[in-house]
Amino acid sequence: MPHLAIDGLNASYKNLKVLHDICLDVERSEVVSLIGPSGSGKSTLLRTLVGVNKPTSGKVTLAQRTLDYSSASSLKQARDSMAIVFQQYNLFQNMTVIGNVTIAPLKIKKWQRAEVEEHAHSLLQKVGLGHKLKAYPDELSGGQQQRVAIARALALKPQLLLLDEITSALDPELVGEVLDIIRGLARDGMTMLIVSHEMGFVREVSSRVVMMDQGRIVEIGTPQQIFDAPKETRTRDFTARVLSH
Amino acid sequence: MIETILSEIPRFFTWPNLVFLGEAAGRTLMLSVVGCLIGFTLGFVLACIRQTRNPWLAPLRVAAIAYTEIFRRIPFLVILFLVLFAIQVVAPNASLFAIALVSVTIVSTAFLSEIVRAGFDSVPRQQVEAAEVMNFSRWQIIHMIVAPQAWKVILPPGFAFMVMFIKDTALASQVGVVELTFTGKILSNRGFSATLTFGTILLAYFILSYPLTRLGRYLEIRLASPRH
Ligand SMILES: Nc1ncnc2c1ncn2[C@@H]1O[C@H](COP(=O)(O)OP(=O)(O)O)[C@@H](O)[C@H]1O
Ligand SMILES: [Mg+2]
Repeated sequence: MPHLAIDGLNASYKNLKVLHDICLDVERSEVVSLIGPSGSGKSTLLRTLVGVNKPTSGKVTLAQRTLDYSSASSLKQARDSMAIVFQQYNLFQNMTVIGNVTIAPLKIKKWQRAEVEEHAHSLLQKVGLGHKLKAYPDELSGGQQQRVAIARALALKPQLLLLDEITSALDPELVGEVLDIIRGLARDGMTMLIVSHEMGFVREVSSRVVMMDQGRIVEIGTPQQIFDAPKETRTRDFTARVLSH
Repeated sequence: MIETILSEIPRFFTWPNLVFLGEAAGRTLMLSVVGCLIGFTLGFVLACIRQTRNPWLAPLRVAAIAYTEIFRRIPFLVILFLVLFAIQVVAPNASLFAIALVSVTIVSTAFLSEIVRAGFDSVPRQQVEAAEVMNFSRWQIIHMIVAPQAWKVILPPGFAFMVMFIKDTALASQVGVVELTFTGKILSNRGFSATLTFGTILLAYFILSYPLTRLGRYLEIRLASPRH
């Protein structure tokens, strides 16, 4: 059984139908990347999986449990084992860096303070922000906030990690560092669903790549299939366009 | 004119009159401050109810919205009379002051709940989403994330409302509460010049509201940074 199974998922914003019949399985320890033009529904798919947008229909199964997005307890249980890094980081502006990273483990998971703090320190060290523990989000650059958001997600020790364009706000010299962190996670067997425009990285780290366009999955394949021998013209056009940059 | 007023001053500012005025000023201040503090607490609760998402709480949300929308649109004087007559059914011995206080609370709850709601709404939605995904409860989101950032948006208009209400409590004189304006009427009925009497009343209103305005300004500056 896959860790995450998405079957016929549909979602909309008001009257705009944004996701059409999405079917996708993610095995445990697999890294699946979503690629596709802007507006193709990649963010919406991640946001729907965590229940920030409610799906209009479809079935999502996480760790053998079918999720009921209209049930608070089912949603709570699913959210307990996943974490998402949003495209706009969404840090709590009234909390310091360390506060952002430790609040959920302390107050929601109710883990031991000493361990939580030690873990948070090591995570922030790893993302290169060990010297910014007491800073507030508005004192940080976009790239720094992005890395805090990554640490905040990892502090939850998720079974499934969703990452939405986590390198888009980073300075070029930082992209490598952050991607190194993700590589490390992949090596450690973290199950991940990643939205990224870093095609080189996608190719290297993904077990499978999903090409999306206009709210539909166009093609799913190994990185070699998608980048070297795409079946669909839309995939070919997109990868050619992105890789030419 | 000026001479008559000047000659009245020693007779006017006697100790009993000053005590009378002082008590009235106290009542005016109490009506507004206590009424707004209770109103703020209840308004905060209404705003929190409006933040809930649970389908089962929908009737409560509708009630909270209806309350806010209705009671912001009824003139204070009408509320005063409504309470005056309604309260005779429940508590026939209620004092006029209590009636006025209940009326202030009814109105301030509606206005302050709207001010609190606007403050809550000023906090970017994405932070709430992030917290939801981390399994924060609705109440945890409000008290750990939204409220700490909303204070600086809530306090200035909240204070302004309370200070403004100091003036509106003058309407309580219409049902016979001996607050500042009513005291002015009594004193001028006793034969003191209306100019002197109401000039003094005017000054008293200023003395009551100015420090509150300053306090509001001070808090606003203190809260301008989200951290401390
Ligand atoms: N909050 C929203 N309200 C309405 N429409 C939205 C919202 N967010 C995204 N959309 C629309 O949904 C579609 C998919 O957007 P999105 O999932 O953000 O795409 P991607 O992440 O692939 O760029 C787009 O057409 C976008 O305009
Ligand atoms: Mg996106």
